Amino acid sequence: MAGIVPQQTGLEALKIQQPGAIVGDIARARGRASLRFRLIFFATWIIVVGALAIAFIGTGKVHLDFLAQWTPFILGGVPVTIFVAVCSIAIAVVFALFGALGRLSRSAPIYALATLYVSLVRGTPLIVQILFVYLALPQFGLVLDPLFGGILTLAFNYGAYMTEIFRAGIQAIPRGQVEAAQSLAMPEGLIMRRIILPQAVRIVIPAVGNEFIAMIKDSALVSFVTIQELFWRASTVGSRNFRSFETLLVAALIYWFLTIGFSFVQERLEQRMAESDRRL
Amino acid sequence: MTAVATDRDPFAAPGKLTPAGAEPVVKLRGVEKYFGSNHVLRGCTLDVYPAETVCIIGRSGSGKSTLLRCTNFLEEPTAGSVEVDDILVEADPLHSRSRAHREQIRQIRLRAQMVFQDFNVFPHMTVIENLVEAPIRVKGVKRVDAVTPADRYLAKVGLGDKRDEYPARLSGGQKQRVAIARALTMEPKVLLFDEPTSALDPTLVGEVLRVMEELAHEGRTMVVVTHEMSFAREAADRVYFIEAGEFAEVGPPEQVLDAPRDERTRQFLARFLAQA
Repeated sequence: MAGIVPQQTGLEALKIQQPGAIVGDIARARGRASLRFRLIFFATWIIVVGALAIAFIGTGKVHLDFLAQWTPFILGGVPVTIFVAVCSIAIAVVFALFGALGRLSRSAPIYALATLYVSLVRGTPLIVQILFVYLALPQFGLVLDPLFGGILTLAFNYGAYMTEIFRAGIQAIPRGQVEAAQSLAMPEGLIMRRIILPQAVRIVIPAVGNEFIAMIKDSALVSFVTIQELFWRASTVGSRNFRSFETLLVAALIYWFLTIGFSFVQERLEQRMAESDRRL
Repeated sequence: MTAVATDRDPFAAPGKLTPAGAEPVVKLRGVEKYFGSNHVLRGCTLDVYPAETVCIIGRSGSGKSTLLRCTNFLEEPTAGSVEVDDILVEADPLHSRSRAHREQIRQIRLRAQMVFQDFNVFPHMTVIENLVEAPIRVKGVKRVDAVTPADRYLAKVGLGDKRDEYPARLSGGQKQRVAIARALTMEPKVLLFDEPTSALDPTLVGEVLRVMEELAHEGRTMVVVTHEMSFAREAADRVYFIEAGEFAEVGPPEQVLDAPRDERTRQFLARFLAQA
């Protein structure tokens, strides 16, 4: 028999089983597994959050009427919170840019100033900085508008942290880019402005997005200087009515939804950037 | 082979295409370079006449790229002098950041354009923007006046249809040709090539070498650090073999590559051919 029927090699055996069918099966199985994973993920969230809600409401100590009455007022703080966060991060980017250039400078005094800035800001609590501007500076006759002072202080603080992000972004640009620009007789300032920074910006955008999300939460600190943003409204209404649980819970949920929303936007933005990198 | 620092290059002579009576456009005199205590260049003297193509060969670590990079001051020479098109810069490592010194270096760079091993095209700019960036912002050429020659040079390197692409969409060979076109738009007196095909997939080397050969034949002045012996043989007026930071043998390609007189050249070529 062996002489008449050609022996099947391993490869031929595979051919008979039609590898195309297997590939399809594998893809379908993976698809089912990933769908199952996502379903369980959301179910777990809903169960845990729902159980917590029911448990709290079940105690009978959560006043839903009070919540219905005051939630719109607390929500009214959202635009202020977003305004503070957006303005602060925008100004922080400017601080960070100059901080990073200073930290990369060969000039000793400029390097010293930039390093002092980062060290001082990172070494002191943000709330101390905010109150310093609001309460301490007026002793010297320097009175800033609370909103402006708050935004400036947040920006100053975040700028210091972001200085290191920007510095890393600038240093991530390959040496060859600088050498090519030098070879084209470009002066240093032009190389920074036209060659390094545009490429560094793309690198730091995801990190700046993270800082913005952190800023949304830290913007609550300007409530200490009378800015009537989300947290100020929640804590004020709560403590006046001895209903802090309800108001702070609402505030926390709003912050949570805001950060989830902006994280989603940020993810999309990064995806778009990754796609355009592929297209490039 | 030792050369006194102020001597002219004893091996240099006007090339086939050099206009009569022309002086060398590049003059390196006794160029020395230390990296820390590592003595990388030990007094290199090199003259390049207009319209000449000069190739520098040698094993890696012999100092050939460093010599090229000293020519446009991407590396600051420790001693010696560099002259490009009557701009003379003496090595002055202790005062290398003075304003006058930097301006001299800028003048050299305007005249000596480098093409790099790893292309270094600007990834955030389209091909045409890569080409017009420096003419517009460094030389102050108007955009309309910069675009026309840029398009001409792009067509010359065979990439006219890629002008609005971003570099990431180009192959290595295409990127390198963009880099060559970018160097040409600066209208330099001399083109410096630093192993321009070493980072390329073997199938893409040819398209870059063809462009370089064309430039050599139309009378561009070129200094080429390369491992492509076929290019040296085809296009070079003179080949410098560098070993341990000094020229061991200099001569026409048919001498240095095919009938080397120096034992070190012979060894290098034997080992090189064995690897290839």
